[in-house]
Amino acid sequence: MSAIKSYDHPTNADQFNKDQARTHWHDSSLWFIREKRDRMSKSLPEWETLRTCASQIKAHTVSKLADYLEEFEKNATARGATVHWAKDAEEHNRIVLEILQKHQTKRIVKSKSMLTEECHLNPWLEKHGIEVVDTDLGERIVQLRNEPPSHIVMPAIHLKKEDVSNTFHEHLQTEQGNYDPNYLTESARQHLRQKFCQADAGITGVNFAIAETGGFVVCTNEGNADLGVSLPKVHIACMGIEKLIPKVDHLSIFLRLLARSATGQPITTYSSHFHGPIEGGELHIVLVDNGRSKLMNSDDYRNSLKCIRCGACMNTCPVYRRSGGHSYAATVPGPIGSILNPLRDAKHHKTLPFACTLCGSCSDVCPVKINLHEQLLTLRTEVKNQKQLPISKTLPMQIASFVFQRPKLFAWLGGVGKFFLRTMPRFLIYNAMNPWGRNREMPEAPPESFRKQYAQRVKKKSDK
Amino acid sequence: MSSKDQILKSVRNQLVPSADLPSLDQDWIQYDDAVAHFGDVLQAVGGTAIAVEGIDGLTEELAKIPAYTAAKKTVSCIDGLVGTVDLDRVEDPHELEDIDYAVLPGEFAVAENAAVWVTDTKLRHRVIAFIPQHICLVIHCPDGNVEKAVVHNMAEAYQRLTWSRNEFGCFISGPSKTADIEQSLVIGAHGARSLHVFFVI
Ligand code: SF4
Repeated sequence: MSAIKSYDHPTNADQFNKDQARTHWHDSSLWFIREKRDRMSKSLPEWETLRTCASQIKAHTVSKLADYLEEFEKNATARGATVHWAKDAEEHNRIVLEILQKHQTKRIVKSKSMLTEECHLNPWLEKHGIEVVDTDLGERIVQLRNEPPSHIVMPAIHLKKEDVSNTFHEHLQTEQGNYDPNYLTESARQHLRQKFCQADAGITGVNFAIAETGGFVVCTNEGNADLGVSLPKVHIACMGIEKLIPKVDHLSIFLRLLARSATGQPITTYSSHFHGPIEGGELHIVLVDNGRSKLMNSDDYRNSLKCIRCGACMNTCPVYRRSGGHSYAATVPGPIGSILNPLRDAKHHKTLPFACTLCGSCSDVCPVKINLHEQLLTLRTEVKNQKQLPISKTLPMQIASFVFQRPKLFAWLGGVGKFFLRTMPRFLIYNAMNPWGRNREMPEAPPESFRKQYAQRVKKKSDK
Repeated sequence: MSSKDQILKSVRNQLVPSADLPSLDQDWIQYDDAVAHFGDVLQAVGGTAIAVEGIDGLTEELAKIPAYTAAKKTVSCIDGLVGTVDLDRVEDPHELEDIDYAVLPGEFAVAENAAVWVTDTKLRHRVIAFIPQHICLVIHCPDGNVEKAVVHNMAEAYQRLTWSRNEFGCFISGPSKTADIEQSLVIGAHGARSLHVFFVI
């Protein structure tokens, strides 16, 4: 199952659904995590207060973002870090390469960062002769397979242990047919330890950056970020400008929400607070815009900047669970990705706002209270207004509108529909003309129309 | 115009309605027995908590841990307990690659999530918290009172912290772990394979 090339979500989802057993397995793995999240959120009576606070802190930060960015730069610099500014992905990549070249870096270790993924940093560095090793186990697995991550927190959630075993057998010479997760993890541990010890520099993402102190926090369960940046002398931290929070005390809110929402843990194993470089080392922080400032202006979409990348909306989404992360053909998949990607590149990602049932579950679990499903609905209108909708979606709507405006025609067609549903052979109802019926049954036709039942009721009453 | 000016200008030019910060002074969770809760949660995330009396008690308990007794190279950053490698004499942190066991100071513990606050104030190389095969964290309890070393929640935890100097700090909650292979929990990903927390009274 290699990376999917097309941008069209239904086509990609179709491909994922070819293996029904795997689709069900994927669905239930994610639901299991969603249930853990539910248990964790219920263990704190103040859960809703935390969500409200987090949402307010983020709204406030965005409203004063320029000031906080300046405050952050001033304080980070005072602690010995060097702050860089990148307006887009290209500039981000150039800055990182320059730092690495200055130190004649040959090998780097990276801990999971969606931003560097968004900027396509790996291929860029590799093109310039630098070996890049992703050190989060899931990331390493997909990196060896030459695939993008399929989930922002669990990059290899789409793979079975057999897949991992085969990949490791090929690249790390592990025993063929040994599917034991303990054995496989241990092999990766040994392999990656070498990489940690050989690296000339470490790159991390940033979960939260603090304007008040000029520091930042990185959260992992494996400890890979920490190992990666405390052996070599150079640490480069890459962050989107929306990762800022005003005060260090605000972390108490976000660290309580993040892991509980993401994997159903009370906190990640390691929540590291970096304030300045290690002894004799260098710390570089790259602040990246790459389209984020444009989102700030829109009342409809500004909220999406609050996202803390916990992945809860993906785990709960009935469409994501049954179509897999790769079907979104984007760094950030799922509900939040279906908002962020079309806003950045409407042409390619126009099908994403429709990869949604509007059930609202994403908005219910989002720890920063982003109104995800409402934004998705608004986006659909926009896609329609930009005339980006395929005729298969617009024509039925036009017909429906025509019919609904003519009650007699509607009544007559209802009868015709019921007749056909009851009497037609299956192949005439379930075929290419009816995409709705492809993976589900059509409703059973009632014996009598509602209109008829109602008329009878009214008649009975007046007879009494 | 530099990228910095461009970004700041473009961020400043947006029409964003103002929004107030919420109060952090709220009724955050309190546990009847915060120490016991800490122990329970730590166990759930793969660690163990034990209260010991003084350095003698610590040495005694360590002697019961197979990973400690089998360790060839150890580091201790606790007064009164010696390791085989002196951290302060190590120039290059890469030399710590084969440390089997490290005994490190923790500052205080958080009941709600079994996190222990660890800084590099007394650790010359911060990698010592991550590179050994096994670690334990030792928390000295003021007046021999374990309750004073355990806060209930993260809001209280941040009240205790100061950020005056260039300090690295980490909340560590249990041993290193991963669930990236089919969601099976495996302890010992890159960091420590086990974590014991000792409250020294
Ligand atoms: S939108 Fe909300 S739920 Fe989804 S990843 Fe972001 S913070 Fe988590």
